[in-house]
Amino acid sequence: MNLILFTFIVLLGFTSYYFGRKKAYTIQSTKKRLTALPQFYGYYLAIWCAIPAFIIFSLWAIFEPTIVKLLILSDYSNQGYLDDELNLIYEKTKALSRGQFTGEITPFIEASAEKYLSLRSIAQSSKVVIVLSAIISSVAYAYKRISSNSRTREPVEKFLNAVLFTASLAAILTTVGIVFSLIFQTIDFFKVIPLFDFVFGTHWYPAKAFVRDSSEALDPTMYSDTFGAVPIFAGTFFIAFIAMCVAIPIGLMSGIYLAEYASTKVRQYAKPLIEILAGIPTVVYGFFAALTVGPFLKELGTSMGLEVSAESALAAGGVMGIMIIPFISSLSDDVITSVPQSLRDGSYAMGATKSETIKRVIFPAALPGIVGSILLGVSRAIGETMIVVMASGLAANLTLNPLESTSTITAQIVVILIGDQAFGDPKTQAAFALGMSLFLVTLCLNIVALRVVKKYREKYE
Amino acid sequence: MIKIKAKDVDVFYGKKQALFNISLDIEENQVTALIGPSGCGKSTFLRCLNRMNDVIDICNVKGEILINDFNINDKSCDVVRLREKIGMVFQKPNPFPKTLYENVSYGPTIHGMAQSKQEMDEIVETSLKKAALWEEVKDRLHEPGTGLSGGQQQRLCIARAISVRPEVILMDEPCSALDPIATAQIEELIDELKKEHTIIIVTHSMAQAARVSQNTGFFHLGQLIEHGSTDKIFKNPDNKKTQDYITGRFG
Repeated sequence: MNLILFTFIVLLGFTSYYFGRKKAYTIQSTKKRLTALPQFYGYYLAIWCAIPAFIIFSLWAIFEPTIVKLLILSDYSNQGYLDDELNLIYEKTKALSRGQFTGEITPFIEASAEKYLSLRSIAQSSKVVIVLSAIISSVAYAYKRISSNSRTREPVEKFLNAVLFTASLAAILTTVGIVFSLIFQTIDFFKVIPLFDFVFGTHWYPAKAFVRDSSEALDPTMYSDTFGAVPIFAGTFFIAFIAMCVAIPIGLMSGIYLAEYASTKVRQYAKPLIEILAGIPTVVYGFFAALTVGPFLKELGTSMGLEVSAESALAAGGVMGIMIIPFISSLSDDVITSVPQSLRDGSYAMGATKSETIKRVIFPAALPGIVGSILLGVSRAIGETMIVVMASGLAANLTLNPLESTSTITAQIVVILIGDQAFGDPKTQAAFALGMSLFLVTLCLNIVALRVVKKYREKYE
Repeated sequence: MIKIKAKDVDVFYGKKQALFNISLDIEENQVTALIGPSGCGKSTFLRCLNRMNDVIDICNVKGEILINDFNINDKSCDVVRLREKIGMVFQKPNPFPKTLYENVSYGPTIHGMAQSKQEMDEIVETSLKKAALWEEVKDRLHEPGTGLSGGQQQRLCIARAISVRPEVILMDEPCSALDPIATAQIEELIDELKKEHTIIIVTHSMAQAARVSQNTGFFHLGQLIEHGSTDKIFKNPDNKKTQDYITGRFG
């Protein structure tokens, strides 16, 4: 029903565009000069169609459920029901009206369900009537008003401005929403677990929290030595470090090769091929690390007399580094290519060779962009989940031996949130606290990146 | 004395021929101006003289260019040494995104010309003095070269070019991005520089060619139409086309 109505409104929009433009042409044919191109008259009318429709639709979406609920529950008032019970009655009514109610049907509920259905259909048909009449009258009003000297261009531009603004606002509000959802859960977590224990504790063993019988009262002391985040922070940075050790040299060198040395033909094929790496799903990298690289390293280590865990930080970090190569190589290729040719000419004309030119002129000039691409790579490495979950194990060891297994923040969040979870439990909230710390780390990283880039910009421009 | 001797130089960009059979002698310690309408090949010819055309993949140079009687198009020619001897100043000032000091010391560093910090300081100072920039910048040698005005930037580029004491300086429309005052300063500088260097300047301004040069070559559609002393070219050219161009009838 809503879909048909929506389609109809869209058609109305097109029609009003058509009529607006037609009227403009008619005015034009009387040799009067228009204040805007005829299309603007069309867009103007279409906007007069879209705005009332949008307002009424949102009003309905906001108020219809509340009003219907009030009307249904008014039958039950003065009967001494509690709020929770009233909510239950309402849910039962809704379920019954959809034919999904399986419990015992009382006559009361049945009556309510019928009432609910009739209210919904009234709401629906009144919506159709109101929307259509509002649209038609507003379009008709606007249509009558437009004349050769009415302003249509400005409102259309303003409308577009507003639409674009709303789109960016939606993106920003989502970020804010995510941050707030993290903040509240994190605060709850730190009410039970002291911040100090979380930041400086060296034992991470959330499985201990599984053992708690939920009927027991919450006893903070039983969580001491359970949520010490040092091992997983160390693991996160350690694996990211290994990844960057792989990604920075290879990515940077291939970026320089592509930008400065490769012929047009090689570049044409090599660049897309490298970018394919960026398109591989991380889960594929994950089983590449877990099933190919991990066992290979283990065998290699055993043959050299080293003890290598099958799920080693080295395997996970190395494969993660390979995943990040295309980010660094492609971005640094772009920034190096955008260094003006005149600088290269100036350096060559002084008798500098290609490598001297790259080292002394091009690289410094491209440095802000290169630093930016590296920091982007670091955020990817810290936030990467799948490879670590699959290839580096889930036990949070505090170690700096790349041949042992470690765990990361992201992997621990996965471990915690997989399977059954209860909200309000420190175990679940720990995931939010970890998410919050991850967010803070990447935020700081981004701020530092911007600072660095800005500093070099000032120096070089 | 003849410094540079070009013999039958042809230049191709891919299949398109840009220069036809250019033969031109360039006198030592004089200023030679190359004039002609846009796209006539004068910059291309200039770039042949320090093999800057090597940078362009599709560019192909044929013929002999003798500098001090040595053919620079020969396989045995070391481009690094060649460009040490033949400096170049470009149309748009292109200082490196480094400090003033680093800009001037760039060439001497590459060619290993200074054994100590002191020597390098001296080279930087003399180069900047010769480029008539020293007085203006001596207190801010360690600020970025890109912070200077356009005319100062171009003089910095000249200082950079003369820091390795080249025998020849190629200038590709060095004043086309500058205002009249900065242009006058550069022209004065060119006059000064010709005592120690051989200068070849490409210019669009006939007045500039007349002011700064002793010899002039006129290019048209990839051919060297006429060359000789600036006086003769401007007052009494042999060729009708030269006459027309000089008097502003085309170009």
